[in-house]
Amino acid sequence: MIEIKNLDVVFGPQPERALPLLDAKQGREEIRKDTGLVVGVNNANLTINRGEICVLMGLSGSGKSSLLRCINGLNDTTRGSINIDHDGGIVDFANADVNIKREICMKRISMVFQKFALMPWLTVAQNVAMPLELQGIDKKEIKQRVDVQLDLVGLKKWAKLKPSELSGGMQQRVGLARALVTESDILLMDEPFSALDPLIRTQLQDELIQLQEKLQKTIVFVSHDLDEALKLGTNIAIMKDGIIVQQGKPEDILLNPENDYVRQFVAHTNPIHVLKAKSIMRPISDMEFTDRGYCLSKRHDYWLSKDQQQVYYRGDEFSPQLWQTGQDIVKLSAAPTCVASDTAMHDVMEIRYHTDHSVFIMKDLDEDLDDDEKNHRDEKIQGVIGDKELYHTLLGKMMLND
Amino acid sequence: MEQFKLPLGNYTEKFVDWLVDNGASFFDAISESLEWIIALFTDALLWLNPIAFIVLVVAIALYFRRSIGLAVYAVVALLLIWNLGYWVETMQTLALVLYATLFCMLIGLPIGIYAAHHPIFYKILQPILDLMQTVPTFVYLIPTLTLFGLGVVPGLISTIIFAIAAPVRLTYLGISEVPEDILEAGKSFGATKRQILFRIELPAAATSIAAGVTQCIMLSLSMVVIAALVGADGLGKPVVRALNTVDIASGFEAGLAIVLLAILLDRLFKAGQEK
Repeated sequence: MIEIKNLDVVFGPQPERALPLLDAKQGREEIRKDTGLVVGVNNANLTINRGEICVLMGLSGSGKSSLLRCINGLNDTTRGSINIDHDGGIVDFANADVNIKREICMKRISMVFQKFALMPWLTVAQNVAMPLELQGIDKKEIKQRVDVQLDLVGLKKWAKLKPSELSGGMQQRVGLARALVTESDILLMDEPFSALDPLIRTQLQDELIQLQEKLQKTIVFVSHDLDEALKLGTNIAIMKDGIIVQQGKPEDILLNPENDYVRQFVAHTNPIHVLKAKSIMRPISDMEFTDRGYCLSKRHDYWLSKDQQQVYYRGDEFSPQLWQTGQDIVKLSAAPTCVASDTAMHDVMEIRYHTDHSVFIMKDLDEDLDDDEKNHRDEKIQGVIGDKELYHTLLGKMMLND
Repeated sequence: MEQFKLPLGNYTEKFVDWLVDNGASFFDAISESLEWIIALFTDALLWLNPIAFIVLVVAIALYFRRSIGLAVYAVVALLLIWNLGYWVETMQTLALVLYATLFCMLIGLPIGIYAAHHPIFYKILQPILDLMQTVPTFVYLIPTLTLFGLGVVPGLISTIIFAIAAPVRLTYLGISEVPEDILEAGKSFGATKRQILFRIELPAAATSIAAGVTQCIMLSLSMVVIAALVGADGLGKPVVRALNTVDIASGFEAGLAIVLLAILLDRLFKAGQEK
């Protein structure tokens, strides 16, 4: 776990001079004019738990890298604390003794760099071995651990080549293997995939997600690409001018952008892989309730019966079918479909397209149900997604009733 | 104007006199020990049979340089030198040049590293290096002569003063051009300053430092004739003698031997051609 508290980073000689100005809520530009100092990060608060990928997102100069580099001391923290659990206690890395910092850097924190930062005169295997050699570990053990890592990132065949003989994607795999070989549990990634072409980038993102499922590290990932942030992040912190302007789960950021800056980012992203059915549905409580049941659409004569068992569409009667993630969508018949609330928007769209009917979202149920309750699952519908909801989400508009 | 002449020359002379008066034993000790190690090395080179020496050079050319062309050149050049009758002088010059290069690297490498880590120090150092390369050699030959006496040592010292700027500059250049991101990679793994120097900076600067070695050898060779003026043995001596007696024949032969040796050393030590 990493807990960043009230962290300020100021660049320049005697950076402490900027702190009173920061406290007086002076802006970045004013401080630069008055003192010549550059504020990198201003009062950042962030907690990253084990197994999470926290993405720091922002444009260049927003302070995301400055914040990341404080965590392993590549940048000095001007004020504030970075608490890391270490040796059974909590260590404030920002204000720790040099030797403790070095020990934490060696054994607890690894970093992956944007430009790979591999040693060009060493082979792939020697590059991966380097952090272990710096620790003075026994040669036999180094060889064994390097082999394991190279195997993990699929580089075994290339172990004896120089980095310059590999493609960019391969080089970054070496960078990743080098970061993983120390078995440190904190992984700092400074725009690691930005220098790669789009296909390789997607591939490495997928590999990172798979690795993370297996290894459960604490990852801090810097990116300027919201799509990447949404794909990888369990948590996203959006930064502007050194300030964290919004942090939250990917869905929160997409659905509730806090200001225009975030909204601009969100407007240019594709939400269908991120959003879940529940967050884009129209809740059943919003619908008109009449003798015929819940009115989905008057214009299309579309109704859900009072007991939520039947759907009426232009005089025809349907019994909703059940779909679960992983099932073959093509096999669904042309009838309304019930799905779980955490179904991906992407799947909902496909079902809507294939069945030609709205998709019904079931209430969240506890896992341990008995069979009888399971049979009555379809009674508990909490909302519906039709074309209107899908289009509105894609266009980023607020939901309105007919 | 001239009646107020500043006594700069007199001061310098007084300073050198003071050094001679007070440090005579110190400078004598340096002089004697340097002379002894150079003589020892020269004797070792001369103790080798010329054939054995040629075989050794060919082996180095083949093993380290993987170059058959260089091996052939080494055989032809060394046989020609032997045939012309300059074998002993060539070995003496080789000893002088290798020692000058060794001392230049021993002193220049740490200075270059320190300068790369301390930009202000390099700013002070730069004019001094310029001075050492531009002041006519004869000017500092005079004080070195009075301090160390006639022989190979003042030649060696003058050579070092003249040649040391190259390795200092190239070491500085190599170290200060190490990409920031690989230094940061080292720091991020918790490397100590020492580990960063030996495991990242020096290997990354190796090409540049090796270029410094080659340049140092070439500059030292260009000092051979001047070293001969103060009594250093080697290929410079026949050149000086030929100059005094206007002997075109032996002047050409000794000059040719210097050139052949220079090309051989340059090709043997040139960096970045391992493939």
